[in-house]
Amino acid sequence: MAGPKGMPASVRRKGFSQVENPGKIFLRLMKYVFRDYWKHYLAVMALIFVSVLANVQGTLFIRNLIDEYIEPMLFDSFLSSLTPPKPDFTPLAWAIGRVGACYAAGVLATYAYNRILVGVTQGTLRNLRDDLFSHMERLPISYFDAHSHGDIMSVYTNDADTLRQMISQSMPQIFSSLITIVSVFISMVFLSIHLTAVTLVMVALMLFVTKKLAGASGSFFAKQQKDLGAVNGFIEEMMNGQKVVKVFCHEKENMEKFREVNDQLYHSADMANAFANMLGPVNAQMGNVSYVICAIVGGVLALKGVGGLTLGGLASFLTFNRSFNMPINQVSQQFNAIVMAMAGAQRIFQLMDEQPEADQGYVSLVNAKETDGKLTESQERTGRWAWKHTHQADGSVDYVEVKGAVVFDGVDFGYDARKTILHDIHLSAAPGQKIALVGSTGAGKTTITNLINRFYDIQDGKIRYDGINVNKIKKDDLRRSLGMVLQDTHLFTGTVQENIRYGKLDATQEEVEAAAKLANADGFIRRLPDGYETVLTGDGANLSQGQRQLLAIARAAIADPPVLILDEATSSIDTRTERIVQDGMDKLMQGRTTFVIAHRLSTVRNADCIMALEQGRILERGNHQELMQKKGRYYQLYTGNALSE
Amino acid sequence: MLKTLVMQIKEFKRDVIVTPICMILEVVFETVIPFLMASIIDNGVEAGNIQHIYKVGGWMVASALCGLLCGILGGRFSSRAATGYARNLREAMFENIQSFSFSNIDKYSTAGLVTRLTTDVINIQNALQMLLRMCFRAPFSMICAMAMAFVINARLAAIYLVAVAILGVLLFLIVTSAMEYFQQAFPKYDDMNASVQENVSAIRVVKAYVREEHETNKFKRASQNIYDIFMKAEYKVIWNAPLLQITVYGCILLISWIGAKMIVSHTLTTGELMSLLTYCMNILMNLMMLSMVFVMLTMSVASARRIVEVLEEKSDLSNPENPVFQVKDGSIRFENVDFAYQKASGEPVLRQVNLDIRSGETIGVIGGTGSAKTSLVNLISRLYDVTAGKVFVGGRDVREYDMETLRNQVAVVLQKNVLFSGTILENLRWGKADATEEECRQACRLACADEFIEKMPDGYHTYIEQGGANVSGGQKQRLCIARALLKQPKILILDDSSSAVDTATDSKIRQAFAQGIPGTTKLIIAQRISSVEGADRIIVMDNGQVNGFGSHEELLGENEIYREVYESQKSGGGDFDEKAGES
Repeated sequence: MAGPKGMPASVRRKGFSQVENPGKIFLRLMKYVFRDYWKHYLAVMALIFVSVLANVQGTLFIRNLIDEYIEPMLFDSFLSSLTPPKPDFTPLAWAIGRVGACYAAGVLATYAYNRILVGVTQGTLRNLRDDLFSHMERLPISYFDAHSHGDIMSVYTNDADTLRQMISQSMPQIFSSLITIVSVFISMVFLSIHLTAVTLVMVALMLFVTKKLAGASGSFFAKQQKDLGAVNGFIEEMMNGQKVVKVFCHEKENMEKFREVNDQLYHSADMANAFANMLGPVNAQMGNVSYVICAIVGGVLALKGVGGLTLGGLASFLTFNRSFNMPINQVSQQFNAIVMAMAGAQRIFQLMDEQPEADQGYVSLVNAKETDGKLTESQERTGRWAWKHTHQADGSVDYVEVKGAVVFDGVDFGYDARKTILHDIHLSAAPGQKIALVGSTGAGKTTITNLINRFYDIQDGKIRYDGINVNKIKKDDLRRSLGMVLQDTHLFTGTVQENIRYGKLDATQEEVEAAAKLANADGFIRRLPDGYETVLTGDGANLSQGQRQLLAIARAAIADPPVLILDEATSSIDTRTERIVQDGMDKLMQGRTTFVIAHRLSTVRNADCIMALEQGRILERGNHQELMQKKGRYYQLYTGNALSE
Repeated sequence: MLKTLVMQIKEFKRDVIVTPICMILEVVFETVIPFLMASIIDNGVEAGNIQHIYKVGGWMVASALCGLLCGILGGRFSSRAATGYARNLREAMFENIQSFSFSNIDKYSTAGLVTRLTTDVINIQNALQMLLRMCFRAPFSMICAMAMAFVINARLAAIYLVAVAILGVLLFLIVTSAMEYFQQAFPKYDDMNASVQENVSAIRVVKAYVREEHETNKFKRASQNIYDIFMKAEYKVIWNAPLLQITVYGCILLISWIGAKMIVSHTLTTGELMSLLTYCMNILMNLMMLSMVFVMLTMSVASARRIVEVLEEKSDLSNPENPVFQVKDGSIRFENVDFAYQKASGEPVLRQVNLDIRSGETIGVIGGTGSAKTSLVNLISRLYDVTAGKVFVGGRDVREYDMETLRNQVAVVLQKNVLFSGTILENLRWGKADATEEECRQACRLACADEFIEKMPDGYHTYIEQGGANVSGGQKQRLCIARALLKQPKILILDDSSSAVDTATDSKIRQAFAQGIPGTTKLIIAQRISSVEGADRIIVMDNGQVNGFGSHEELLGENEIYREVYESQKSGGGDFDEKAGES
């Protein structure tokens, strides 16, 4: 459904925005990630440390292997080459045992941190989804009207996916890489300061090149995202209109246009990937060059005996050089994933930053019973309801029975504050009255109903419900007291029974059936393959339009609200089904104050009061006879002699 | 399936072949480096030969540079191969979809097609890139390193062989058992997204019933479900890293021990031992990489299957061999027509339909939901083919015409119609590409769309948003009618296409048709009796059959269904002002 008219187009999100402040977003994301799991992360860090330490131990062992274990043995055997004694392998056996133990600890730590980390990763993603969803549910209707549903969906799918990649792959990678880098660095410093300096120079060079390449590929990635958006948009639009394309024989033109956007995407994607692919080999080979330089410098140093570097020391250092370059390479490989995740995170945070529906109401809806001619609160369901009005000044409590009187008093409203859509609306509905709103498209009928249940808040004037300003009533309680049957029927995935029960979650089977009977839905439900247990999917796609409407009526009936808002269905259903729907609606309206956006003659004729709206103003009011005699706008509409809207 | 996919490589064959070669060459140079390294230590450092260090070091830098070149080229070619292939796939799918007939289109949901063209193609693109870069590189690198290890010392290298075998089997077991869970997880993901979609579109219902918390709890359960499945899968996957470590560490220790003994007995040099230890990591990491490629590929199989399905879908309508390019007039004749949506087994939707409509007549079509009104008119422009019998337009069987000619002469305004993003003029010119602005205005006047268009700030240049989001239902319908009128067709079919237009305007449009395009045969499907009662003749459809065919007066007299509908609408069951339209 499109947003209401009058919504400025600028509110709608367009295209892919650039990430404005990636650093800030990154910090915020980290804060979010650490919020629930900081203890786990501490444990993970400690375990990664153990694991890395074990690895470093092993590397150090390789140095000792040659210097302390093998060389002495070689020396021994050289001295006593004439009468070779058996070389003593016991120290080596011990050393291998010790390192083996270290390794074992390392393996255990690796397993443990991986295990904790998957819990944290999946948990974070679950919490993120849950937070997103529960926040979204609290957003005002205006948010949903102003944003295309596709855009909202893509936050859950695409954006959450980039975050998933980052949290589950990039983050642990960076994490262990960082710890490796630090501990290897310390070991390197111990082995040889000179060689460490050489390595660092090469690392600086690597980082510089990485930054250049990532910058180049980043701009292509941004372009790729934009082109991807264009291709997706085009595909979506054309798949939707494929039948129209056929009818107008527009296939060739379509194909040409598609080739154009498709080629653009190919070029930007190609360049983005080509640059991103360069990163790996460039860094790997620079790492190799670093290795060679260290070998040469180290070889010279070892030969000259400068800085106490031994042959074994050089061997270990070269291993460290490898272990140092590898994580840096790995981190730089994650760069693009992180950039994309930041763009996703930005949109996710944008949704989370949307202001939830404000509610300053303090009047609540309670079950009531009458004792000694006075209304008091009751804990049980009594079938009678009262507004519990706690006065802010002195804390005294008043109870007002819920009757369903609604009064509009000089109401002005516009979706956009600068553009008023409703002008000075006055109307009053006594309990049980039926008010019909008629007028052409865009006259403001739906807008009026949006104000009663405070989907939108008015700019000026007052709306009173049983004498209470609706702004003072808690939104949830206000909406609970209002039933709604919308033009577009929406059903939820679940059984028929669950869908009806949506109106009253604790309804019994009998109540569900009674509501279905009232709505004339019982008959067709029983004919469904599994009756009330038939599972509906895809917004009730397996039901006909009329049947879906009947379910919506039953859903409203079971809630049993004192006030009803009906938007008469306008879809083309055949006359027989329509009569059944109409009858169900009539039964639902009995005894309730009803605001109905009317399209049917019978509804209008039976209304207590008809409001003819035009361009946000009430032109005429009165019942059918009165208005027919007036021969004004209503008469024109009714007789079909109206000028076009 | 593979053949269909391979066919789309087309001009990127070269890239597809060159990439693995580059990657393999890169591996060659990479493998040489530790070998040279050993030489530096043994013959350079130990022999005190600084010249040797320089010389071999120079060779190493040269190898690194060559490796770099190969790596960059490999990246370049693989990127072009993968993204180019993705482009070809999208293009081929889109092109094939353009050839789809209505019944082909009916088979797929819009969302389904969009996913196939977007997400699925991207999956394949990534998989291909991975395949080209890693699938040859990793095993080759492993084999190279292994070969080098054997060259250095066959006895020690045998340890690697054993390690690779054991680790390989274990990784395979882990990956396959985890895949099982991953495959369970994806449908759950779809379900969850469906539930978000549901909530976004039904947010008014959720809020009206104050069910935010209820929905949130429902969502949290689905979300927890996904968490549980992923955890099960991940608990398998996390064995990968420790297993790799155990193998690597085990190899290091074993080789250290045996290597030390061999050095002592002078069958191995220290430099060789160092090189062997370097290869250890190399070999096992590549094995790990292979297992990842394996996972990626298995995951993309589902995407590939979905893509191939679209690529292999054959349109069930085709142009005749010697098509007729001229439609004589707007007469229509149905001769014993049977029609079913599913050719083989399907329940017939239309049975034994016989109709004769003269050129220039205005025909109303009325009947309940499911009475096959739409199916009836869809046969005229050959959107579907009849199962039995014949449909004639202008005296010839519709199957003899060139399809484009036929559809240009038989204009249909569909029930579920759409406008496209672009200006009003651009949208109108779908009907006739070279229509002048005056022609467009004329068509809009006939469709009673001129008034509201002229009121718009940019008039005919007003930009219509995707799906016509910024015009009302009634306005949209009138634009669609105008668009069809621009074709200047011999037959115009309106399939319930003025339902959102108010009764007054609706009747104005009909009057305009009568005066403006008297020679065009007009078929008007409607729910409202008022929309058809002025027609020359009215077809009453009931349950796939023609129940009555005659003028309003005749039908009132003799047709029971018609009379029933008429009475119920006139006695207050009808519409008050207008039908659809939006909030």
